[in-house]
Amino acid sequence: MRRWLGVFFVGGSIAYRGLFNWIRPATYIPTMLGAPLFQLIFFTKLGQYAHAENRDFYIVGNSIQACAMSSVYGMTMAVANERWFGTLGPLLASPANRSAVFLGRGVPVLANGLLVSAFSFVAGALILGFRPGVGAVVPLAVVVVVTVLSCTAFGMLLGSIGLRAKDFFFAANLAYFLMLLFCGVNIPLDTLPGWMSAVGRCLPLTHGIAAAREVAAGASLGDVLGLVATELGIAAAYAVAGLTLFRVLERESRRTAVLDAY
Amino acid sequence: MRSLKVVYSGFQMNLKMLGTSSFFLLTSVVQPVIFATIAFYMFRAGSRNGTLLYAALGAGMMGVWSTTLFGSGGMIQWQRWQGTLELGAAAPPAMALIYLPFSLANAFTGMYAMAATLVWGRLVFGIGLHLAHPWLFVLALPATVIALGLMGLVLASTFILYRHANALSNLLEYPVWIASGLVFSTSLLPVWTRPISWALPPYWGILAIRHAALGGGVWWPLAMVVLLGVAALVISTLTFRWFEHAARARATLSLT
Repeated sequence: MRRWLGVFFVGGSIAYRGLFNWIRPATYIPTMLGAPLFQLIFFTKLGQYAHAENRDFYIVGNSIQACAMSSVYGMTMAVANERWFGTLGPLLASPANRSAVFLGRGVPVLANGLLVSAFSFVAGALILGFRPGVGAVVPLAVVVVVTVLSCTAFGMLLGSIGLRAKDFFFAANLAYFLMLLFCGVNIPLDTLPGWMSAVGRCLPLTHGIAAAREVAAGASLGDVLGLVATELGIAAAYAVAGLTLFRVLERESRRTAVLDAY
Repeated sequence: MRSLKVVYSGFQMNLKMLGTSSFFLLTSVVQPVIFATIAFYMFRAGSRNGTLLYAALGAGMMGVWSTTLFGSGGMIQWQRWQGTLELGAAAPPAMALIYLPFSLANAFTGMYAMAATLVWGRLVFGIGLHLAHPWLFVLALPATVIALGLMGLVLASTFILYRHANALSNLLEYPVWIASGLVFSTSLLPVWTRPISWALPPYWGILAIRHAALGGGVWWPLAMVVLLGVAALVISTLTFRWFEHAARARATLSLT
């Protein structure tokens, strides 16, 4: 168990430091903080111009979605970059427990996602006048943690695809932009066609954002327990799917000798 | 004549390279269509009428800017990775002339975005494509694209010194969309941002394109597009010379 935990925490953090391309401040600040900040301003102003929803709708949606910058790209890099940097072979030749190797990479991604989301909320409060009320802060934090967790699990699935896919960044970029469209970040789900809102409900973020909006409007954590539980269920489903796919692709890559092939 | 040949060859080669890149397919076609769809639904959810063509044109221009930005940011960085930046710097023509066709090809690829959002809007959302001044639209669009390409050239020159150009590209996408008022009016922004908007070719470009499509004066914004494009060309010629000299003096040209 101690070895499992060692691989989970220490291995995960070393892998993140080595494989996450945007970790240096010169890259991290413009990409992980600057881009979400301007995304928040852009969609809030667009919503204001379109006379669509109120300001808080966009601030909550985009501040939570900002975690996808970390979860989708960070997790994809933390798994798929092993192949890019030529370290996948040695990693898979090691006897380390695969679930510890795989899931441990999610811990720093999760922490980073929380930081990015928190930064966006603070920016929303300072620049755009977001005032959720003191009582809403703790429930909002709980909802954000659960949502970032499910987004990280989704990133794990994408990262696993990167073990075999030729152009994993294409998939990560596409997923990131589609989440903006399908997950109710800027468009209420009931405005979207039925099939799009149905897809959105199977993705991470959607239920978390809906819960966060209710909490920001004054609801208690108990009032949104169903949404939070659904988001948590989605997180578990994507984590299991990611780990399973990782194992399947590892086995297939060994069998067909395409581990480092592009 | 030789300069024209350099521009033509570079343009053609970069266009072929961009055509095989899935990243540029995403930036110039997929991403603008997704953003256009978001804008369409946001306008539909709101009470502002008659704005779907407005949104399609704006989303198209967003794609033109993204392609120019990532193309210009990546241009120097990719050449660094491929080891061809020194060859470009050492070639007899001025460095700005070597990279001008690359930047123009990036912006030209961005025109796919405009086509994609208009076709998407027509097919999926039934937007009427009745242009108020079709000939002026045909004039305004390439003028704007060329001006954006020249603006990209200024950015690319600064990236000779900056090793994290890609990160700067990630940062600059939304601010230019915002300050240029591509899908909403800049009157929603604080007054102090106005001079920033006026200095940006996309601000005047979207005005010219929008007025050509929806009605309004085209010549004044078009003249500003041309003026800012020429200014960008002059600035980039100077900055390429300075930054190339600085990179040679510090021996940092190829450092990644």
